[in-house]
Amino acid sequence: MKIEGKRRIWKDYQKEIAEDRYFYVRSCVRQNFFPGSERTFLRIMKDELNKDVFENAAHTTCSGIGYHSDIVPFETVMTMVARQFALMTESGYENFTTSCITSFGLYTEILETWQHFPDVELRVREHLKKATGREFIVPKNLSHASDVIFKFRKEIANKAKFKLINKHTGKPIQVVEHIGCHYSRMFPSKGVGGAEYPYVLVGMIEDWGGEVIDYPERRHCCGFGFRQYLVQANRGYSLSCSKKKFDSMAPYKPDCILTNCPGCPMFLDRWQYALSEMEGITYGENGQGIPVLTYEELAGMMLGYNPWDLGLQVHQVPVEPLLDKIGIPYNPEQKFLTLDGMSIGKPETPTFLKFY
Amino acid sequence: MECQLGNQKPPLFLNFTEMKKRIIIIGGGIAGMTVAGALPSNEFDIILIEKEILPGGHVAKWDRLFPSRRPAKEVLDFVQKSMAKNVVIKTGSTITTIHRDQNLFTLHLNGEEPIVGDAVVLATGFDLFDARKKEEYGYGIYNNVITSEELEQIFHEGKKLTTSEGKTPQRIGIIHCVGSRDEKVGNLYCSKVCCVTGVKQAIEIKEMLPECEIFSFYMDLRMYDRNFEELYYEAQQKWGINFIRGRLSECAENPGHSLIIKTEDTLTGHPLKMTVDMIILLVGFVPSPETKRIARMLDLQTGQDGFLLSSDEHYNDNSTSVPGVFLTGAVKGPACIVNTIADARATALQIERFLITGISE
Amino acid sequence: MKNFGYTIQRDQSIDIDQNDRRIVNYLLSLEPSFNLCLGCGSCTGTCTAGHFVDFNIRRVHTLLRRGESKQLKTEMKKCMFCGKCQLVCPRGVNLRNLIITIQRAIEQIG
Repeated sequence: MKIEGKRRIWKDYQKEIAEDRYFYVRSCVRQNFFPGSERTFLRIMKDELNKDVFENAAHTTCSGIGYHSDIVPFETVMTMVARQFALMTESGYENFTTSCITSFGLYTEILETWQHFPDVELRVREHLKKATGREFIVPKNLSHASDVIFKFRKEIANKAKFKLINKHTGKPIQVVEHIGCHYSRMFPSKGVGGAEYPYVLVGMIEDWGGEVIDYPERRHCCGFGFRQYLVQANRGYSLSCSKKKFDSMAPYKPDCILTNCPGCPMFLDRWQYALSEMEGITYGENGQGIPVLTYEELAGMMLGYNPWDLGLQVHQVPVEPLLDKIGIPYNPEQKFLTLDGMSIGKPETPTFLKFY
Repeated sequence: MECQLGNQKPPLFLNFTEMKKRIIIIGGGIAGMTVAGALPSNEFDIILIEKEILPGGHVAKWDRLFPSRRPAKEVLDFVQKSMAKNVVIKTGSTITTIHRDQNLFTLHLNGEEPIVGDAVVLATGFDLFDARKKEEYGYGIYNNVITSEELEQIFHEGKKLTTSEGKTPQRIGIIHCVGSRDEKVGNLYCSKVCCVTGVKQAIEIKEMLPECEIFSFYMDLRMYDRNFEELYYEAQQKWGINFIRGRLSECAENPGHSLIIKTEDTLTGHPLKMTVDMIILLVGFVPSPETKRIARMLDLQTGQDGFLLSSDEHYNDNSTSVPGVFLTGAVKGPACIVNTIADARATALQIERFLITGISE
Repeated sequence: MKNFGYTIQRDQSIDIDQNDRRIVNYLLSLEPSFNLCLGCGSCTGTCTAGHFVDFNIRRVHTLLRRGESKQLKTEMKKCMFCGKCQLVCPRGVNLRNLIITIQRAIEQIG
């Protein structure tokens, strides 16, 4: 691997990311999948970086899941997205930042469509006006929340209490990075580092002390694929795609997987459990899995936030082995307690996957 | 700088009392040198301008030529010797501007006195496709991805082909159509010579490393010219080269720097993956930025493929819409050496006729 | 093992690293004209058996070259040895000898 070759490609795919004043829109599913992540993003932006991040309570789904499942037509989707832009405009913001990768891809696709077909934009404006009376200005800057964390990765590194270093060996933590397909596969120029060798997560890993693993199936999709997962009979395709990736990355002994999509961490995490139950396979050492993290969780870990405030207890693959390697303290007694000390219940113990 | 080939240097500003007309040939590769050699040097002043320090173009970097595998140097020497002593060769010269005033062309070179001529020949050739543009092939990123040009240099320097770790490769993949027949990189055309180059290089690798397994990944093998098919036959019969009809989809690096390639084996209708120690990318022709720049200065027309257009592809393939400006060789698209030499000689005849009769077509 | 109502798909790609290419190497040693195929499909186009049953000699031949020999035994039984394939082959591949050699290889390697 010639790192200078990658750096040259990264130079070709730089994108503009706003400095401050973000209109932040949440994901439909992340608060269920990884409930601490969006909260952690806001905490980092406001408390650590003193940035202005605004949320509008009237924000709804962008209907991207419906769109990619062939349920919601493009015209409808565009009008819904136009409404989100109107909320931004009404709130007095110009920089649109999404938590979800599919939303980000969809917003990008729509803005590109409007750029090439201005009449479509006019039609959507008309639909929105008729339906809601709203008007909008297109965002000055569109970014994904991982772009924003990428932009401030060095500031986060300066404030970090931990580094991605294995405290037992002194060596960098080995990280598999996996970006969501809708981040830059459709429009490589809209993602940091492009589509073939994306840099957005690599930049965080490098600046926080870790090392990136480049394994043969790195480019393969996590397998979510919307209809692949949403139709139960097809779900095996989804699982098989993840398995292909695990089989390919396992020889490199990754310490964790870092993701920036709502779906990827969900499936890369949960499918490890399903595979262990179906075939008895585990991909980490001694029956452990490979912990899967969102970039907000990783940033929060580096900043020394309590792992249970980050929501790491709801991962199906236990994160404790990684916390131990880095030396991040945690209280096992509090793992399944709410902030006010109530029990949130304990999951069933898996048959093969090591449970903490 | 002027090469010592000219022993009687003509004055660079045309002397109007002098009868001799001047032909300026831009590009000192096989095409330009053949034009210079085919023109009667006692009747015309011939000036050859080359941007590099040495003339010879791409052929000077090549080891052996398809299909006979004769040394490239033989052809280069022949073409060089065909030029008379009084051909002025200016190397290391870049053209900054060209002005056309009635029937005269004034060329300004970097830091030199301008040259005036009666006819201009564009023999600026082609560039090889920059393989880094096919990001998914990993050229410039994975250690063991090299181009056909780099392989040729290894042969030329008499080195042994090894992986980046210094090991003898056990299995090599040869990838056809890199940057050719590929809409994604904007090149819809076939580069014509890569198929046979790939077969030639496969044989040469086998000659050097008989134990090495070679897999060629192709879409079609276009063995269009004399003795090409025979070379392909030899590759199969004598050397056991494996041919897989499928375009390379992507390439990734294994631990230890070997590569895993993915393609579709279209003949079995299955996706295929395999590990190879190295891949060779058969990079195609692209119009060079220098050709495009000079073409703009002369108001020449360009085809959709980016190569230059002649007056008529069938019966006036060397003249252009600008009287006195001629095209020769690979400025008009991918061409092999045999065709380039024939084309250059035809160009010389057309120029001669133009300068004597004034007919450019 | 648990049943979640869905399955794990096996990798269907041809894995040259894993495949057994002994048969193809055996064939090459006995019938070198095997190397000359350009995959044009003339053989399959004229094949008597192939017109009645699902038998594609061009495909079988290519699969063999990749070391895919799973259904070779049943496939080879479909050939009627009429020899038309050999007549039309533009490369003069000795297809009948090839098929006989394949059958011998199956007997020997199993």
